[in-house]
Amino acid sequence: MNDFWIILTGVLVAVNCGLLGAFLILRKMSMVGDAISHAVLPGIVIAYLVADSRNGVVMLIGAAGFGLLTTFLIEWFYKRARIQADASIGITFTWLFAIGVILVSAFTGNVDLDQECVLYGDIAYVPFDLLFWNDQTFGPTPIWLQSGNLILILATIFIGYRGLFITSFDPGFATGLGIRTGAWHYALMGAVSLTVVLSFNAVGAILVVAFLVVPPAAAYLISKKLPTLLWLTVLFGILSAVSGFYLAVWWQASISGSMAVAAGFLFLVVFILSKLINVRHKKHESIRFSESHIIAPTP
Amino acid sequence: MNSNLLWVLVGCALIGAGASLVGSFAYLRKKSLVGDAVAHALLPGVALSFLIFEEKSLWVLFPGALIAGWLSLLSIEGITRYSKIKSDTAIAIVLSVFFAVGIVLLTHIQQGNYGNQSGLDSFLFGKAAAMLPRDISLFITVDLVLIAAIWLFYPYLKLYSFDEAFARSVGLPAKRLEFLISTLTVLAIATGIQAVGVVLMAALIITPAAAARFYTKRLSSMLGLAMAFGVVSGVGGVFISYLAPSMPTGPWIVVLLSFMAIFTFIFAPHRGVYQRYMSQVRHRRKMNDENVLKLLYHLDEANPGLNYSSTDLSAKRYFESGPLQETLKRLSQNGLLKSINSRYKLSETGHHEAMRVVRLHRLWELYLNVRMNIADDHVHNDAEAIEHIITPELEEALLKELGYPALDPHSSIIPGVKPALP
Repeated sequence: MNDFWIILTGVLVAVNCGLLGAFLILRKMSMVGDAISHAVLPGIVIAYLVADSRNGVVMLIGAAGFGLLTTFLIEWFYKRARIQADASIGITFTWLFAIGVILVSAFTGNVDLDQECVLYGDIAYVPFDLLFWNDQTFGPTPIWLQSGNLILILATIFIGYRGLFITSFDPGFATGLGIRTGAWHYALMGAVSLTVVLSFNAVGAILVVAFLVVPPAAAYLISKKLPTLLWLTVLFGILSAVSGFYLAVWWQASISGSMAVAAGFLFLVVFILSKLINVRHKKHESIRFSESHIIAPTP
Repeated sequence: MNSNLLWVLVGCALIGAGASLVGSFAYLRKKSLVGDAVAHALLPGVALSFLIFEEKSLWVLFPGALIAGWLSLLSIEGITRYSKIKSDTAIAIVLSVFFAVGIVLLTHIQQGNYGNQSGLDSFLFGKAAAMLPRDISLFITVDLVLIAAIWLFYPYLKLYSFDEAFARSVGLPAKRLEFLISTLTVLAIATGIQAVGVVLMAALIITPAAAARFYTKRLSSMLGLAMAFGVVSGVGGVFISYLAPSMPTGPWIVVLLSFMAIFTFIFAPHRGVYQRYMSQVRHRRKMNDENVLKLLYHLDEANPGLNYSSTDLSAKRYFESGPLQETLKRLSQNGLLKSINSRYKLSETGHHEAMRVVRLHRLWELYLNVRMNIADDHVHNDAEAIEHIITPELEEALLKELGYPALDPHSSIIPGVKPALP
């Protein structure tokens, strides 16, 4: 049963992150996801200190606040201080993450959080973090949180599909139509921050990036339409979470790390297969092309 | 000061110097985040070398780290070249997957039965205090290699970083230069993980270069400044964790560096946010001043000797009311206007200054009309903009070019032009 809970958590995290990550990739903002996943750390630590426990609500507010602060800072560095986009991302997240690590080590006594948990999470403890209500248990808390987040993300995508679609593919055209590109941008960033925070305990700061980017990137290689991209992302996310778990058991290693490795492996396979198919396709095309040219000129 | 502290100080300074050197080239090539990916990607190399040699001396782990860093650069290159995936996504993929492999290996090592594996995870956040004299010799070697390579190939690297397309077109060996830059990057990053760890290494690459760029336009001084930033923050971080032993060195180096950089972004001369804002304000003031003076001059031309209130001025030309009041006040204080019961007229010096502005305006109109063949009813708006920025030298050149003219295209007098001596 414990294994089941861990796998389910992994699957939920992978699906949640992947669905948002697909939009990040389309907007060429993959590294912003990376930045947010690092930069929420001080928010989480401050929330721990303020609330004196792993109080979910305070933690969410703290981290989501820092997530939005990150996007604001990146924008400010880029637009006001005129620093290159790349560098403004790098400066922002390293700065905030360093502050977070300093806070962790300054308040080690008060904070139930260590540096390793920050980096690769502790998904193995998910089954013991049970939700109690009137002396009855309702399964692990992370499952409930992740499921709630999944519903939220799905609702956002269903309701805001057209807005997200247009602003992701052609922001200029969207602005021309009178769609508020900035509002969608910050809505997406808010959702990413929220998801990163919720997934943080499970998979750690850096591996969130693997779940945000790798499954949707694999799906992006072989899809030409947004719905295909999203469905394939979900499929690849589930596959990497499940296979990653068994990889970890077999190899006695970090579970979330193995899930990310599985995602990377999946990406590699899709990458090579898509190349092979493409090459065959092109050969076929060129044969047809040359045949038609040989035949055409004959009277 | 004990000798151990000295070693750590020297080590962190060397690391800061090396990283900021390669970071400057990365910044100019707009590839700052590649350094982040390389730093993360070193982890599996380190872990794998440990698995093979069961030894955690930096000299043993270093080659593994180099190979892993190299592989990560190749992967980013391969993904962007052979698929439709953009470079930012490729960087994120390589970064997270390589790092995950590293974590898997590291946790596998921790579960297994390997002697003296403790401390291997200090590569995550760095452990500057664990530096040994033999590590320092490695850092010195790497820094010497970096400096020698940059010094030897300086002109080529400079050209390649500033304008890659041009460098290719004049026949520089792009592939070899790319190889050189990548090798130097991986080398510098691989030494740095000892001090700040793989996660924060990106800061040592990106931040000093971005800050140094604010002070200079020359590559050589940018390299020097970036190195100074790197060294100062390295030394500062070590001192903080020496004075407060519970404090981690690496994150403090990064925080110090970030504060220096953010201070630079705001207060740097010329390019800083504050300076640019102030020069905007100054320019706006100058334009308002000159526009008010010019308006009063025009009014004087029509009916000499009258006073005007601010409402009269607003009726003649659109001014925002707040700035107009400020402008009138400022001009009165500087003695350019005489004010009598909040009605204004030009003073002696004000008249002189107003003549200058009107002269520039009309000279430019004439120049556009005569030399550029622009119709005389199309020249006003252009002159309205340029009259505020024509320098005395340009004015002299215009006068000479137009032969010290007396009238503009609208047959108004160009004030204050002394006819040329024959």
